[in-house]
Amino acid sequence: MKKNIRFVLSGIAAALLVVGCASGPSVAELNELTNKIVKASFRDEGFVKVDRVLNVDETNRACSEADVAGKPLDEKTAKAIEEMNLKAIQWPSDGKFIGDWKQGEVIAQSGRGLTWTDKAGDVNGGNCYNCHQISKEEISFGTIGPSLYNYGKIRGVTDPNSPESKPIVEYTWGKIWNSKAYNACSNMPRAGHMGILNETQVRHIVGLLLDPKSPVNQ
Amino acid sequence: MKYATTMTLASLLAMSAVPAMAQKTASQGIDEYRAMLQDGNPAELFEAKGEGLWTQKRGPKNASLEKCDLGKGPGVVKGAFVELPRYFADTQRVQDLETRLVTCMETLQGFNAAEIYKTPFGKGEQNNVTALATWIAAESKGMRFNLSQAHPQEKTFYEVGKRLFFQRGGPHDFSCASCHGEEGKRIRLQDLPMLTKNPGDGIGFAAWPAYRVSNGQMWGMQLRLNDCYRQQRFPYPGFGSDATLALATYLGVNAKGAASVAPAIKR
Repeated sequence: MKKNIRFVLSGIAAALLVVGCASGPSVAELNELTNKIVKASFRDEGFVKVDRVLNVDETNRACSEADVAGKPLDEKTAKAIEEMNLKAIQWPSDGKFIGDWKQGEVIAQSGRGLTWTDKAGDVNGGNCYNCHQISKEEISFGTIGPSLYNYGKIRGVTDPNSPESKPIVEYTWGKIWNSKAYNACSNMPRAGHMGILNETQVRHIVGLLLDPKSPVNQ
Repeated sequence: MKYATTMTLASLLAMSAVPAMAQKTASQGIDEYRAMLQDGNPAELFEAKGEGLWTQKRGPKNASLEKCDLGKGPGVVKGAFVELPRYFADTQRVQDLETRLVTCMETLQGFNAAEIYKTPFGKGEQNNVTALATWIAAESKGMRFNLSQAHPQEKTFYEVGKRLFFQRGGPHDFSCASCHGEEGKRIRLQDLPMLTKNPGDGIGFAAWPAYRVSNGQMWGMQLRLNDCYRQQRFPYPGFGSDATLALATYLGVNAKGAASVAPAIKR
C-alpha cells in the first residue's frame, strides 16, 4: 500500500518537474498520470477484475475523452464507432426476436449483477427501470433515458412478426444488444455486447417493448 | 431507542399507492418521510463519539489528536472541512479529511496508517475515523466550500479527478457522468445531483459524511465514493487511494460556494 502511494507520487512529482512552474501539465501528461493513478488505486474484488475497467475499448476511450473536453465526437469518428458496434451485434440465432414480455418485465425490474457484492453465476438484471419509464404500473422509474411507455404502439407495431414491423423489431434488438451502434456515446449500456444479458433475456426485453399484449403497449 | 426509525421507503410507497395520483403521492410521501427523518439524525451519536475521540489519549503513544493539523494549523477544527481535500506540505500530498486523520493518528498517536488503510469500512479504527470525520464536518456546518487550487498538485488532482469523473468503463460503460452529468435526472425515484458544477447547498459533496437510514450506517466521503464505484461495476478503489482523492478534489472544487449540511441524513 505505502509503496503504491510513493510510486504514484513520484510519478506526479516527475510530471510536474518536466513541465516546470510556468504552465500546468499537458493534456497528454494528465491522461498518462490518470492511467497511472487508476492502476495504483483499484484492485480486484470478488469476481470484478481491474482489467475490466482498465482495458477499455475504442468506444469508451473516445467517448470519455470527448466528455472531458466537453465537446461531442466529430461526425466521422462517431460514425466509425457506430459502424464498428453495429457490426458486432449478434442477431437472434434462431431468427426469433420476440420473447415473453412477462419475463421481460422481471429482467427490466432487476438491477442486479456484476458488482463486487454480486456473485459469479448470479442472473443479471437489465437495469431498465433505473433509467426508463416502461409500463404505466411501475411508478418507480428513472429519467436518464426516454420514456418507453407505449414504445410499440407509438411505432405502429400491431403484429411484431409482420414484414412491416421488421425494421423496428430489428432496431429494438440492436439497440438493446449494442446501444452504441446507433449513438456512439450513448449513456445506455451495451447489454448483449458486454455480456450483461444473454440472447434469451434480450428476446424477452424486446417482447416487453413490442408485444401488443405487453402492458407497455396498453 | 429514539432514533430507531424502522419505517422503510418501501412500506411508505405501498401505503401511498393510490393509482390516480400515485406519482404525486409517492414523491410527497417520500418528502414527508425525509422531513420526518430530520427530527433526529443519528449522526449526532457519531459526532459525540468523534468529539470524544479527538481529546482522548489513545494509541501506542497515548496521545490525543488535539495537535492534529487539518490544514488551518494544529488543533484548528472549525472551517477545516470545507477546505478539504487540499495539499499538505508535511506529507507532500493532497489529502481529504479521512486520510488526513489517519496521518494524525499515525504521527501523533502512533497507530499504523497502512493497517488502518487496509481495515474494511465499519471495522476497527475505520469506525473511529468515520466518527472523527463526522464531528469535524459538523463543526463547519453552514460554512461554504472553498477548496484551494493554489498548489500545482491541487490543480493536477482536479484535472485527474475530472478525467476519472468521465471515465467510462466496466461491463456497463458507466462513468460518474452517466448519472451525475445532467440536471434534473433521477434513478428510479432517487434524484441525482449534477456534479460538474455547484449542485446547491447541502447537495452532493456538501452532504457527506451522512447517516444512511436504509442500512443504519454512518458513511464518510471515502465510503460514498467507494459505493458509487461498486454500483458503477468498477473494481474496488483502495481507501485513500489517489483516485478517490483526485475525484474528491474535482467534486469539492466544483462545489465551491455550496453550504455544508454535513452530517446529513439520507434515505
